[in-house]
Amino acid sequence: MTLKVEDLRVYYRTLKGDVKALDGVTFSLADGEIMGLAGESGSGKSTLGKSLIRLDGRMRHIGGSAELDGKDLPVGDTHAMNPFRFHEVSLIPQYAMSAMNPTRKIGRMVDELLRSRGVAPMRQELERRVGLVGLSADVLDRYPIELSGGMKQRMVMVISTLLNPSLLIADEVTSALDVSSQKAVAKTLLEFRDRDLVKSMIVVTHDISLVYQIADTIMVMYAGKLAEKATADVIVSAPRHPYTQALISSLPEVGVRYEERRLQGIPGRPPSLLDPPKGCRFRSRCPLAFERCAEEPPFAEVAPGHSVACWKAV
Amino acid sequence: MLRLDRVSKTFRTGSFGGRELHAVREVGFEVAQGEVVSLIGESGSGKTTLGRMILRLAAVSEGSITLDGVDIARQKDYYRSVQGVFQDPFSSYNPIFKADRVLEMIRQRFFPSMGAADWRARVESSLAAVRLDPGGVLGKYPHQLSGGQLQRLLIARALLLDIRMLVADEIISMLDASTRIDVLNLLGELKGRGLGILFITHDLSLGNYVSEKTVVLRSGRVVEMGRTELVFGNPLHPYTRNLLGSVPRLHRRWSEEEDAPEEEATCFYHGAAGRDATWPGLVEAEPGHFVGCATSGTCAPALELVR
Ligand SMILES: Nc1ncnc2c1ncn2[C@@H]1O[C@H](COP(=O)(O)OP(=O)(O)OP(=O)(O)O)[C@@H](O)[C@H]1O
Ligand SMILES: Nc1ncnc2c1ncn2[C@@H]1O[C@H](COP(=O)(O)OP(=O)(O)O)[C@@H](O)[C@H]1O
Ligand code: SF4
Ligand SMILES: [Mg+2]
Ligand SMILES: [Mg+2]
Repeated sequence: MTLKVEDLRVYYRTLKGDVKALDGVTFSLADGEIMGLAGESGSGKSTLGKSLIRLDGRMRHIGGSAELDGKDLPVGDTHAMNPFRFHEVSLIPQYAMSAMNPTRKIGRMVDELLRSRGVAPMRQELERRVGLVGLSADVLDRYPIELSGGMKQRMVMVISTLLNPSLLIADEVTSALDVSSQKAVAKTLLEFRDRDLVKSMIVVTHDISLVYQIADTIMVMYAGKLAEKATADVIVSAPRHPYTQALISSLPEVGVRYEERRLQGIPGRPPSLLDPPKGCRFRSRCPLAFERCAEEPPFAEVAPGHSVACWKAV
Repeated sequence: MLRLDRVSKTFRTGSFGGRELHAVREVGFEVAQGEVVSLIGESGSGKTTLGRMILRLAAVSEGSITLDGVDIARQKDYYRSVQGVFQDPFSSYNPIFKADRVLEMIRQRFFPSMGAADWRARVESSLAAVRLDPGGVLGKYPHQLSGGQLQRLLIARALLLDIRMLVADEIISMLDASTRIDVLNLLGELKGRGLGILFITHDLSLGNYVSEKTVVLRSGRVVEMGRTELVFGNPLHPYTRNLLGSVPRLHRRWSEEEDAPEEEATCFYHGAAGRDATWPGLVEAEPGHFVGCATSGTCAPALELVR
């Protein structure tokens, strides 16, 4: 087991009160597992990713724990997390590409980054890995602006996995790319796992048909909680949670036109995380809701490797 | 309504601007009233640069962009009619302003005489249109919003104005499938009321869903364009076919496909023709469907092929 997360709760402090963005999630990640993480916008996916790396100033670790390769991850303690970050867990944040320092050549930027982490430059290995993702070594002598989005994104992946972390969290790394670059980037992720450069991965994305291509499992979040986790095939073909079902059936088939047939999103809005309702958080939008849903459903295993938080599924 | 005529953009790069980068080359198309034009192409193909020129955020190097026949550079109050929402919401939004302030700035600039209650109602209806809860976003700084919330806030801001033309650059990339549909249906409704939209997207199914016309860009050049159902239904350029072939599908994994050799992504015209001379422009392969060549060259053989 690479990663074990137990009842993790992380809130954001705001003037209006705590935003309960991650409100008790429990799951684990096997060695070699690539897990896609999907869900409603604002449901806490990036918060989960950030929690395993670094809590920013306003984030508070309310409870729960995480364990990486059998060692306790000190999630609440920014300082104690230092030795893990980048060495053991690495995160590629949403829009990392545009955050690359534009005034430094890429090779130099990497050297500086390594030095700041107390690691000696490793040009040879860097060049080897650049080759691995299909780029030529001379990109290291170029500025970020001279690379296309797809090239930059692959470069970001090389950098963040240079020290062979156990866990890589990729937060929407393909969302700004065209379909053919998406394919190249997704295949690179797979390659990294297959070559043991990283042990397991969490790939946050809204492009479910893309992550379906490379993920072993898919986990779905809704309003700060887990809705469902299962193998990619089960999530896509036989999901049990009503939210997952609605999400999957929102994916348009190629060829539907607005003028001919209206696609339908899920009616309603997710609840506010400042003061989330008791019971199942999907209740106000759920077509199957019944009395029992006023009580919170547990995230329970309904079949081996398939967990669902819904009273209709247990 | 909005018309681009042989628009080019050249950046000077390298030390002392010694190198030229042709980001957009001789691009021409029109976005009519009530029409959605989707713009697709690989990253770096010049989509954002085109959008920035339309929004006067970058100067046109050559060619012209006109709105109702008048050069956009000479239009007064241009931003009352034309607005954009850009890729990477985190950098296109001033980090020191809270959401309410960002929206309030629109009021001060464009609706100075509107009363507080009317303004409030307007803000709430545009937030509702993108399925945002006012209480959940208004008091927050941009870094306190999720990627998709920020993206939707920027759409809501553009909708506060009664614009005629919207440049939408990857505005749904950070939204889940269901919210994407809501936003697209909203765009569909707006086009029904006469809004023209340039819709830049990587989600080809949704581009197909909402647009009347599709323009495929590669290396700054239009390689194919025309009525969406023709471009998607009968793609002629190998680049367009590669792009459509890369669309990931549910229930069908890449590894299960008999790895069809990728079609040579360079222009098929050039197998036969030389690499020099001038760009031949686009050929009308069937009514409303144009196909061209990605690089410069004489393409007589290509014209044969298309016919
Ligand atoms: N710094 C912050 N302060 C307060 N609230 C925050 C902060 N960052 C995020 N939030 C809130 O926490 C919730 C979860 O945010 P998060 O970024 O994890 O969502 P997400 O699932 O990654 O969404 P998306 O798919 O849109 O990127 C949202 O409601 C968001 O508004
Ligand atoms: N300000 C700039 N200076 C120099 N080159 C630029 C600038 N902006 C964009 N480019 C270059 O222009 C080309 C087109 O970029 P862009 O319009 O962002 O493409 P897309 O949006 O299709 O991904 C790329 O090669 C990019 O690196
Ligand atoms: S627990 Fe009830 S409300 Fe929640 S998803 Fe299941 S049926 Fe719907
Ligand atoms: Mg996010
Ligand atoms: Mg772009």
